[in-house]
Amino acid sequence: MNIVVCVKYVPDATADRQFESDNTVDRVGVDGLLSELDEYAVEQALQLKEKAGDDTTVTALCVGPEKAVDAVRKALQMGADEGVHVVDDAIAGSDAVATSLVLAKAVEKAGAERKVDLVVCGMSSTDAAMSVVPAMLAERLGLPQVTLASVIETQGDQVRVKRDGDTATEVIGATMPLVLSVTDQSGEARYPSFKGIMAAKKKPLETWSLGDLGVGADQVGLSVAWTEVEDTTARPPRTAGEIVKDEEGSGAKALADFLASKKFI
Amino acid sequence: MSEVLVLVDHVDGAVRKPTYELLTIAKRLGEPSAVFIGAADQAAEVAEKVKKYGAEKVYVVDDAQIKGYLVAPKAEALQQLAEKAQSEGGLAAILIPSSAEGKEVAGRLAIKLESGLITDAVDVQADDRKGPVTTQSVFAGNYTVTAKVTKGTPIITVKPNSATPEEAEGAGTVEEFAATVSDAAKTAQIVASQPRQATGRPELTEAAIVVSGGRGTGGNFEPVEGLADALGGAVGASRAAVDSGWIQHTFQIGQTGKTVSPQLYVATGISGAIQHRAGMQTSKTIVAVNKDEEAPIFELVDFGVVGDLHTVLPAATEEINKRKG
Ligand SMILES: Cc1cc2nc3c(=O)[nH]c(=O)nc-3n(C[C@H](O)[C@H](O)[C@H](O)COP(=O)(O)OP(=O)(O)OC[C@H]3O[C@@H](n4cnc5c(N)ncnc54)[C@H](O)[C@@H]3O)c2cc1C
Ligand SMILES: Nc1ncnc2c1ncn2[C@@H]1O[C@H](COP(=O)(O)O)[C@@H](O)[C@H]1O
Repeated sequence: MNIVVCVKYVPDATADRQFESDNTVDRVGVDGLLSELDEYAVEQALQLKEKAGDDTTVTALCVGPEKAVDAVRKALQMGADEGVHVVDDAIAGSDAVATSLVLAKAVEKAGAERKVDLVVCGMSSTDAAMSVVPAMLAERLGLPQVTLASVIETQGDQVRVKRDGDTATEVIGATMPLVLSVTDQSGEARYPSFKGIMAAKKKPLETWSLGDLGVGADQVGLSVAWTEVEDTTARPPRTAGEIVKDEEGSGAKALADFLASKKFI
Repeated sequence: MSEVLVLVDHVDGAVRKPTYELLTIAKRLGEPSAVFIGAADQAAEVAEKVKKYGAEKVYVVDDAQIKGYLVAPKAEALQQLAEKAQSEGGLAAILIPSSAEGKEVAGRLAIKLESGLITDAVDVQADDRKGPVTTQSVFAGNYTVTAKVTKGTPIITVKPNSATPEEAEGAGTVEEFAATVSDAAKTAQIVASQPRQATGRPELTEAAIVVSGGRGTGGNFEPVEGLADALGGAVGASRAAVDSGWIQHTFQIGQTGKTVSPQLYVATGISGAIQHRAGMQTSKTIVAVNKDEEAPIFELVDFGVVGDLHTVLPAATEEINKRKG
């Protein structure tokens, strides 16, 4: 099998995330890392490889600035076989529509010699958090989309997944090739082992530009984004609330008083 | 006036509240047309409901041939409807509920229509010059962002509770629309579907009051449910509680669960990790009960009780029930 797993490089959620003066996400000034939710995608790709056998390749694919290569490296350390980093100044500020175009072209290029059977994504990026790129990729590649999977089963080229929909729990079935996205319910992601970290240094890691993908600089980036952020405002800090210690039932009374004062009772 | 397409959010023909919120927003932008993708024999009933909130037209796309498939057929149907509206009186925007499915439909539609997409809007206002201007809450609720679409027909997914539904009688003219769905769109099949059991409590994302429990419950959600019921609220949970198998994932609040923005959010036995905050930080009033006075959740609260939830919650519930009389 040939598996491509899409991994995004995102600002650390526990750090102070910010915007640039052009209202794009600051991806340089803040420490970044492989999006935690994409670790689950890497994990599932690796489990599928382990199940399918040794001729399966897992390629980690990331579109992002210079530093984003760290996300690819982490995936290689976890066990992916090859890495592809698409980097080009023109990509900066791209919205989901443009990002999905670059990703789709990169998947096509990755499959030029050997057909890609599975494109595995995380459920959502932890910065933009749109949860749309997998569906967009499926649309662009003309492949079935099997998204938000919590349990994944394969048999030959058949894929069945379980997912928790908004109003129902569903089983979705489709035939490879397809685009799969997995949730954080799919199972803990492995940590890179020392051996994995050493091995990753020798794994193939390619850098592609827009030119390599046949994507024009006028098709991506901030200047052609189909959406425009007008303004960003930091949320005003919440004013410190009243905190009481419960002593022999006083907490419950105080809580009821507060709720009554706000007319919730 | 240009049309605004609103995708009706429903479960087997039962219209869900976000539909009315979307119609209310649609009226600000143009002439609302509800798009019902569902069983043709439920269309009349749906039309009755949506016309009360201003739907001038109700497009009915019979889903008999497509309901067994995921997302893609809906995107095709909407594309064809959008092109029709575009060629007739013009199309001002497409509004879609910000559910997991809604966002995926919107994503595919954006590519088909070559139009800009904004997801998870918490407000949409009309601007004569710019078109719809959206407000979003990003980075775990730490920033508010306003944005607009600069290409094509604005496609906007809107979060529940983003507007108060306003009644406004529309014509509600039913128009059947025969969408052509390609075979390529019928590739991801819904093999089985188990509808969620009703809890008898308000829908989590729509509830005005949410009481949630975390690891601190130790697996006993009775005190949480008791307080929720006394307040007429919904029950939520942290991921730690879900991962422990104490409560189903559908009740999880946070980055990888639901986002709620109720009038009152009560977090009990929850520490307040950034990923949890992401799902509740925009709540109007926040209350916490936690036995650790250092718990980060207390940074967010309007009112906090440092104490054991197993004693505080039942006592508060009793007190509330007493006051209600
Ligand atoms: C990628 C990713 C996504 C995530 N998504 C989510 C998400 O969507 N939602 C989410 O909630 N988390 C999410 N998490 C997990 C999050 O980081 C925290 O681990 C989780 O929120 C902790 O849950 P908790 O507060 O219930 O447990 P803990 O952090 O263990 O806190 C338990 C609290 O209960 C208190 N307590 C204990 N006993 C009592 C008692 N008897 N009475 C009162 N208080 C008591 C303790 O003082 C403590 O503050 C995510 C994490 C990652 C990495
Ligand atoms: N720049 C990117 N590079 C690689 N993968 C990405 C990128 N952006 C999004 N993805 C993939 O798409 C998923 C959903 O992203 P999003 O739609 O932005 O929430 C992520 O979990 C990734 O798997």
